[in-house]
Amino acid sequence: MAQIVIDSLRHSYDGNLSNPDALALKQIDLTWEDGRAYALLGPSGCGKSSMLNIISGLVRQTSGRILFDGTDVSDMPTEKRNIAQVFQFPVLYDTMTVEQNLAFPLKNRRLPADEIRRRVADVAEMLELGPLLKKRAAGLGAAEKQKISLGRGLVRSDVAAVLFDEPLTVIDPHVKFELRRKLKLLHEELGLTLIYVTHDQSEALTLADEVVVMAEGEVMQAGTPEELYERPSHTFVGNFIGSPGMNFIPCRADGERLAFSGGSLPLPPALSRKIVSGQSLKIAIRPQHLRHGQPRTERIAAQLVELLPRGDSYVADLRIGETAVAMRVPDDAELPSGELGVTFPPKHTLLYADDRLIGDLDA
Amino acid sequence: MHKTQDNRAWFLILPVVLLVAFSAVIPLMTVVNYSVQDIFGPGQRYLIGLEWFRETLRDPEVHRAFLRQIAFSGIVLAIEIPLGVLVALGLPRVGWKSSLAIVILALPLLIPFNVVGTIWQLYARPEIGFFGRVINDLGIVFNYTADPVSAWVTIVAMDVWHWTPLVALLAFAGLRSIPDAYYQAARIDGASRVAIFRYIELPKMRSVLTIAVLLRFMDSFMIYAEPFVVTGGGPGSSTTFLSIRLVNMAVGQFDLGPAAAFSLLYFLMILLVSYVFYTILQRISAQ
Repeated sequence: MAQIVIDSLRHSYDGNLSNPDALALKQIDLTWEDGRAYALLGPSGCGKSSMLNIISGLVRQTSGRILFDGTDVSDMPTEKRNIAQVFQFPVLYDTMTVEQNLAFPLKNRRLPADEIRRRVADVAEMLELGPLLKKRAAGLGAAEKQKISLGRGLVRSDVAAVLFDEPLTVIDPHVKFELRRKLKLLHEELGLTLIYVTHDQSEALTLADEVVVMAEGEVMQAGTPEELYERPSHTFVGNFIGSPGMNFIPCRADGERLAFSGGSLPLPPALSRKIVSGQSLKIAIRPQHLRHGQPRTERIAAQLVELLPRGDSYVADLRIGETAVAMRVPDDAELPSGELGVTFPPKHTLLYADDRLIGDLDA
Repeated sequence: MHKTQDNRAWFLILPVVLLVAFSAVIPLMTVVNYSVQDIFGPGQRYLIGLEWFRETLRDPEVHRAFLRQIAFSGIVLAIEIPLGVLVALGLPRVGWKSSLAIVILALPLLIPFNVVGTIWQLYARPEIGFFGRVINDLGIVFNYTADPVSAWVTIVAMDVWHWTPLVALLAFAGLRSIPDAYYQAARIDGASRVAIFRYIELPKMRSVLTIAVLLRFMDSFMIYAEPFVVTGGGPGSSTTFLSIRLVNMAVGQFDLGPAAAFSLLYFLMILLVSYVFYTILQRISAQ
């Protein structure tokens, strides 16, 4: 186990750093603390897999350094980095049995035979692969194959970190849930440092102690799931996390009020001072923080367009002025048809200037 | 549903019947016809049953040709398959270099068989051929027209030169189909180059290599034109393979009866081996 530091990392697949827009990774500075579980979350093509391959050494970064416990490993080949990685699709050695597959990383490192046997048995038990150990790996189903791949990642106890590159993509949803839970358990039991790449926010939020959201080769925000959810530092994060994403209402500062199409809200002076003129402002609120029909509060008129069922709740598709806004409504709540008055609780109503969070309306 | 019975429908399969008759059945039956008769001249023919078959099966010349044939196929496979795999492993995987290498590699495959024979007939000549001269200059006596070992070396070298590219191309196709993730996983797992070959590349190449073995076995088992041009089956009969022996019988000695019997046996042999290989292939693709 080790602390992994990424120091001003920049990467371009053609080796040319002169055009900043064409870079796969623009400027990354991150620290992965020992023994924590991290998720690297972002849409396809945002550079998260590149980042993982750079940490494991499969890809050499164009500039910047990777440090394991303070040692620069930038020029160290993958084999020497002492890192485990699990790929999106199961990678198995077809001619070997499940047991031989699990033992392979240890055998290559010339561990004593009884040690190998013990570790393989441990991993097989954790992943419930015990009955399959003597079987040929080639004939198994996708979920089992991926479990073996996971097992090969987990069998080495001394690794600096275990990297996962969307490992549950090929797994059925119900098995996925089970495996995810197991991974979390393993992480807690073994104290492994996990870096888990995914584009699935629920996977990231349930698995990780800390989530790093990436977009277009940049880190948008790194923080606990709560921080990302409640106080996204960038509008991208607000949109990307949550289903539906955060509501954003374009507005302008008008004295002590924030005015927008269809209404206005009070602007606290502390927040007002942070606004530089010329910035584009947006009010933001999560769908489940919006309230309606609350007495003695400042209400904004909204038109109900449609009520969309979400299983355990409804999402009301509203119009405030010209802006579409989503509001979560509990299953049993009655909604008046047509116009209703919605409330923005100041604590949960955030203000963004040029897409960056500057504070909430409770300030 | 009511079925209309109309025997004129049989005419619809007439083209196929004619095609198969003229392309396969009639020529084959001609051979069968010759194989069971002793013909002295027009109008002078005697039905003799399986006598020619018995004679062919007892003919020591045929036995020797058969053993030579097996030895030749065995040697050629033992060289071409590993060599082809080695070449494939050494080929550049991507880019223009890869395309260029493949084109150059494939060149021998485009040369007609008897031209290959002519090339090597000249190339291996001890007095003027580059190959023959170099070996003789090294102090080794090399003369394929006089020495059976030289003749075999020449013919095996020629076949290796001609057909290893096919094995290499097939193996290369197999290698190219391995996803990058396998190589990446092997690096993560700390696998050595030998282990990568043994546990990733070889298993993934298994099906294409089976095809390569089959093709090369069948082709080498039926080889005719190249050794015929180079050695004509000699010196003595040291490079007389089955097909050369057959042609000598049929065309050289005009022994049509025994040659016909021999043809049928040869054909059955190939059919049997093909069937065995076909079964193996089916089993592999089923896995």
